[in-house]
Amino acid sequence: MRHSVAHNLDIPMINTASSNKQSEQPQSQTSTPCIAVRDLNFYYGDTQALFDISLDIEAGLVTALIGPSGCGKSTFLRTINRMNDLIAGTRHEGEIVVSGHEIYGKKTDLVSLRKKVGMVFQRSNPFPKSIFENVAYGPKIHGTKNKSRLAEIVEKSLLRADLWHEVKDRLGDSALALSGGQQQRLCIARALAVDPEILLMDEPASALDPRSTAKIENLIAELRGDYTIVIVTHNMQQAGRVSDKTAFFCDGKLVEYGDTEAIFTKPQQQQTEDYIRGRFG
Amino acid sequence: MNSAAKSKGEIAFHLLGIAAVSIALLALCALLIDIISSGYSKVSLDFITSYPSRRPANAGIAAALVGSLYLMLLTACFSLPLGVGAAVYLEEYATENKFSKLIELNIANLAGVPSIIYGILGLQLFVRYANLERSLLAGAFTMSLLILPIIIIASREAIRRVPDSIRQAAFALGATRWEMIRDQVIPAAFPGIMTGCILAFSRAIGETAPLITLGALTYIAFLPDGLLSPFGALPIQAFNWISRPQAAFHDNAAGAIIILLTVLLSMNIIAVVLRGRFQKKFAT
Repeated sequence: MRHSVAHNLDIPMINTASSNKQSEQPQSQTSTPCIAVRDLNFYYGDTQALFDISLDIEAGLVTALIGPSGCGKSTFLRTINRMNDLIAGTRHEGEIVVSGHEIYGKKTDLVSLRKKVGMVFQRSNPFPKSIFENVAYGPKIHGTKNKSRLAEIVEKSLLRADLWHEVKDRLGDSALALSGGQQQRLCIARALAVDPEILLMDEPASALDPRSTAKIENLIAELRGDYTIVIVTHNMQQAGRVSDKTAFFCDGKLVEYGDTEAIFTKPQQQQTEDYIRGRFG
Repeated sequence: MNSAAKSKGEIAFHLLGIAAVSIALLALCALLIDIISSGYSKVSLDFITSYPSRRPANAGIAAALVGSLYLMLLTACFSLPLGVGAAVYLEEYATENKFSKLIELNIANLAGVPSIIYGILGLQLFVRYANLERSLLAGAFTMSLLILPIIIIASREAIRRVPDSIRQAAFALGATRWEMIRDQVIPAAFPGIMTGCILAFSRAIGETAPLITLGALTYIAFLPDGLLSPFGALPIQAFNWISRPQAAFHDNAAGAIIILLTVLLSMNIIAVVLRGRFQKKFAT
């Protein structure tokens, strides 16, 4: 909660890493939203999973999606990079605009959408290849062929994901030899390597021990400002620690959305309060 | 539960299992000993480099061995891309519907069709209609048809074993379906695919019936010199020698079988090594 107070005053987290970051100030409330969702309905076959979701996610901030299991927060997250398309029988109504482009429009290029909107999954899923290959894969498929340029990107991404110093001497080793927490940071580095604007995180720390979780949370704080981060989490304390804004989902509906501080201290809806106080979910 | 009775039943079952294994192994050992004892003296460099002859002592397997190796090489060239391609399509592209279920059922059935049926099909299709004569090419096409179902089934299994999270990771980075398959799924499934394929080739190299139907040669004094050249093969050579009345030819047959078994065993060892690598890669 202490951290979220700092966020509320709109002071960006102090960047402890000394790397050459050109972090921009998180944009103020009046700026155009990075992700604008309007009247989104989403269906798995005949089952409706999301009901009339409308919300604006602001650039440079960390937005947490909370709610009980099966409330649709992961489904919502996966509509933003259209990963739900991979599931047969899904369909949607409404629109999602990411950086000015309607992503479900006819002209949308999934490749460039997913280049712009990176994703980190609940369970770390490194490719069964070397550490280097894992991070270099994204830039490679997007056309970077030059070896020294790739090495540069790999180093920068691993530095950014706070993993470089642990792996710099064994970039050729299998990624599967890393610990769970390291694998998850590798997956973050892999997502950063394609230089996304938005980073979606689907319970990125739920399979990790407290120490590794803390590292991931610190990392999110460091990335804040440079990337728009949307994080799904089951862990209320985590949402409080890392996020600027919180959206509470229940039964496929967006119940409440606002500053994290406000949601946690004086929620407007009874349902939100019950959930946050641990009365259900 | 009476534990004494339970353990008695367990012991009985244990013994039954050992007996079953022993019988299978003993039969195999007897076969091997019989073949090695009668063929051992035949195996020599001369035997491998000589052509068939009317005199058993001079006869060798050069043409048959080279024919078999060429046949395998060609069969691999045709069946590998086709089989893996079909497996990739069925696993990664095809949507689950009645049609894909039908294809699946058919492939499973085809894997169980007796090989002589493939011989008859090859004779009609390749030797007669396609006018390939009794050539190496016709033989390789027929063998490819024969092992395609096995390769498809093995490759599909290998592809299915690649965790879905890896596909998602590739997609999330902006990979197209083809990039995802080419860069992640096939490399991860490769050892498994190769294991299945080598086992399929091992089956093909020992097949006799379809080649006899096709009309592969048994008395051939030259090496195949092209795709349309007539050819011999090791199992056919062995079959021919064993059906001669002179006992000396029977030893030749045993010698040919030893060579065939050696080739087969080497292929299987490669398969085992590849599988070991696969498991190591996905450990932890």
